[in-house]
Amino acid sequence: MESIELLINRKKVKVEVDPNTPLLWVLRDHLSLLGTKYGCGIAQCGACTVWIDGEPMRSCVLPVSTVGKSSVTTIEGLNEKAEHPVQVAWDELDVPQCGYCQAGQIMTAAALLKKNPKPSHDDIVAGMSGNICRCGTYHRIHKAVKRAAEIASVSNSTKKK
Amino acid sequence: MKTTRRSFIQKTALLTGVFSLGFDWFDSKASTGAIQQMNPVLDANRFNAYLAIENTGKVILYSPNPEIGQGIKTAFPIVVAEELDVDWKQVEVRQAHLDTQLFERQLTGGSGALKHSWDRLRKAGATARHMLVQAAAQQWSVDPSTCKTSKGFVIGPNKGQKLAYGALVDAAAKLPVPAEVAYKSRAEYQLIGSFVKGVDNHRVLTGKPQYGLDTQRPGMVIAQIVRPAAFGATLTSFDASEVKKMPGIIDVVSFKNKVAVVGKSTWEVMQARKKLVCNYSDTSNLESDSTHQKWFDEGMKTDKVKVERKDGDFHAAIAKAAKVIEATYECPFLSHSPMEPMNFFADVKPGSVLLVGPTQVPQSAQKAVATLLGVPENTVQVELTKMGGGFGRRLNNDYALEAAELSSIIKMPVKVMWTREDDMTGGIYRPAVRYHFKAGLNEKGEMIAFYLRGVGLNAGNSTRQDNFPVGAIDNVLIESYNYNSAITTGPWRAPITNFLASAEQSFLDEVAVAAGKDPVQMRLDWLQRVKTNPVGKITYEPDRFIEVIKQVAEKAKWGKKGPNVHQGFSVYFSHLSYVAQVAEAKIVDGEPKVTHVTAVTDCGEVINRSGAENQVIGGIIDGYGHAMFGKLSFDKGVPQQKNFDTYKLIRGNEIPTVEAHFVNNGIAPTGLGEPALPPTGGAVANALYAATKKRLYKQPFAGLDNANL
Ligand code: FES
Ligand code: FES
Repeated sequence: MESIELLINRKKVKVEVDPNTPLLWVLRDHLSLLGTKYGCGIAQCGACTVWIDGEPMRSCVLPVSTVGKSSVTTIEGLNEKAEHPVQVAWDELDVPQCGYCQAGQIMTAAALLKKNPKPSHDDIVAGMSGNICRCGTYHRIHKAVKRAAEIASVSNSTKKK
Repeated sequence: MKTTRRSFIQKTALLTGVFSLGFDWFDSKASTGAIQQMNPVLDANRFNAYLAIENTGKVILYSPNPEIGQGIKTAFPIVVAEELDVDWKQVEVRQAHLDTQLFERQLTGGSGALKHSWDRLRKAGATARHMLVQAAAQQWSVDPSTCKTSKGFVIGPNKGQKLAYGALVDAAAKLPVPAEVAYKSRAEYQLIGSFVKGVDNHRVLTGKPQYGLDTQRPGMVIAQIVRPAAFGATLTSFDASEVKKMPGIIDVVSFKNKVAVVGKSTWEVMQARKKLVCNYSDTSNLESDSTHQKWFDEGMKTDKVKVERKDGDFHAAIAKAAKVIEATYECPFLSHSPMEPMNFFADVKPGSVLLVGPTQVPQSAQKAVATLLGVPENTVQVELTKMGGGFGRRLNNDYALEAAELSSIIKMPVKVMWTREDDMTGGIYRPAVRYHFKAGLNEKGEMIAFYLRGVGLNAGNSTRQDNFPVGAIDNVLIESYNYNSAITTGPWRAPITNFLASAEQSFLDEVAVAAGKDPVQMRLDWLQRVKTNPVGKITYEPDRFIEVIKQVAEKAKWGKKGPNVHQGFSVYFSHLSYVAQVAEAKIVDGEPKVTHVTAVTDCGEVINRSGAENQVIGGIIDGYGHAMFGKLSFDKGVPQQKNFDTYKLIRGNEIPTVEAHFVNNGIAPTGLGEPALPPTGGAVANALYAATKKRLYKQPFAGLDNANL
């Protein structure tokens, strides 16, 4: 057991855990941040994707001790009102079926768009192919990433004006 | 004066003004027809209220059926809101918990919910609207037939006569409930058939807890259960001394061939269970893939089969046939692998049991747990959570029972959580099946004899003996044979037909080629015959079949796509819906690749365009992915794939594009969660045949030698 300080969704928190505990279980069991999902536990499905300093990471295989001072963003910290362009696009195109994989999909998509604000179809397919959706919502996911890029570029250009 | 709960509710109702209809929708068992004025949020169950209108105009609907991603929680209320004629934005949908007093068929499975409830849903909405109109008409002293409604308002015949539903709730609540009401005509629909987004979207997109695995209750402990690795093995002894020394571990207990490790947190339990030493009975004779092959071979030869259907004289006809075509098809066991693994919360206390979790059949969970614990059913309360997929797995309540049994032993509220490995190796699979088909053609290339034998492992009747093309062929013999395997099986999305259709639609393609016929025209000719002169009993409507076939041929430009696009056709009837598909394959870098699927579906009235598309496209991707990659194999009773690194699920870079069209003919709606899946394997196999001239007889198609068995 160790006392570990974390910066999660812009808030400082402290937990008493075994330092080997994957970040996923610290979020879920110790901090009741339940939006990040468990799907496989072996970095195969992407359901547990969170950002570490803005980079998408699989929290199911990330020991909490390695997070250090990095800033962690989970689905709860993306935008509470669902106003992030990716969330808006996801709703507009009605992407979720069971919804279970979608937090991971959204965190992956939003990270992809930060790096590549105007992705081609191939960029989108490649960038999203690490996340499994058992319900098969892939077509809408691809469309929604494209749509999110459009929404973001419109809101950026209005901001500039 | 003592304030009883009821009077409190009545007072609240007077303050808030809530009109609530408690009657026969969702097949309510309570016979009321009475209207209550009360707050359904406070005591919905007591007053049997599923539809409530607050005087603010807000409409609250309770959705009784479990949501597994099939969109029921959105589709049901659409129908009510349509007939009630309210603005969709004013509707709030809540999940109702299990209540056997109120609801019938509070389950998800068999794609049957909409079919079951269509009339009840419309009646709920239309009755409320009727009463609101009556109330307004009385107030204006006008003939109700001169009033109309629009988006939550009643509009009278004279200038300025417009009242919001919210303002009419008190008056409407005092009126008698009409026995009969008129429904809207299809032309008046504004919501039904439109693109309506999922009612849970906001919660999903912001990561709100709502799934079973998200359950956290005061005092709750976490448990994982170690089951025998091999199907058929018996636990003889175990040593938990090391486990108990691990941090965070509260208890280790054993019941029914299992050992449960109970602890404070998921990770601690995961670590501790690795230290458990279990000893099992001899496993050397347990089932392997080779055992199953031997059983299939035997099953194909045995004469102890069950005859499922017999028309004419197959043996005599085949002896006379000018040409005989034969082929054997086989599929492996499959895991359901919904993204959310199995889990359930249980709190067993003297006198009361609380169950919380994901189940497609809450009522059977209640019954089974009551029986298991020897307590009255009405002391077992079941709360439904949203489900991270189901695909049939959550029709089996084994994991809920485990949780209840464990809680009763350790006397603590507990969440039993299956890891992905537990989920994939824990059983209840799609059964492995082998099919043998035989067809006899006469000189003109007409099929005069048709034979099917299905040999399944825990599959029951692995045929669907009354389905098309039966009804079009004079001499038919259909047989099934079942092996009892130690490997547990259960319904998997589109049970049996998920592979039967694939095999049969591939075989019929082979028949068409042998007969020198176009596969589409061949089916159309048969269906004409069924229309005029069917052979024996049939369960399908030939005209609806014909329509989806014609439409898919047109939409996919069947036979007109040029030499580089290789098409495969398939059509299947299941869960009372009809789906025709054309898959397209191209040769890309020397390799065949399935690039596109066109589907035409007749599921009657399309309730939600968005949800319907999702179900069809999702079903096709599911069917395609599992036909290409899905396989669970066994060695001495042990599943050889344990997680997604070796058990391959389809990913987003491996999908064909899909077009989903609907006949949308206004017939009462039928199932949509399953029927798009069965035709896909056949359409894909036939397209790949067109591209490569190689038949695919064995699933999964990818990376296997697919020569005939
Ligand atoms: S749960 Fe982390 S990748 Fe699957
Ligand atoms: S929406 Fe169900 S797993 Fe993706």
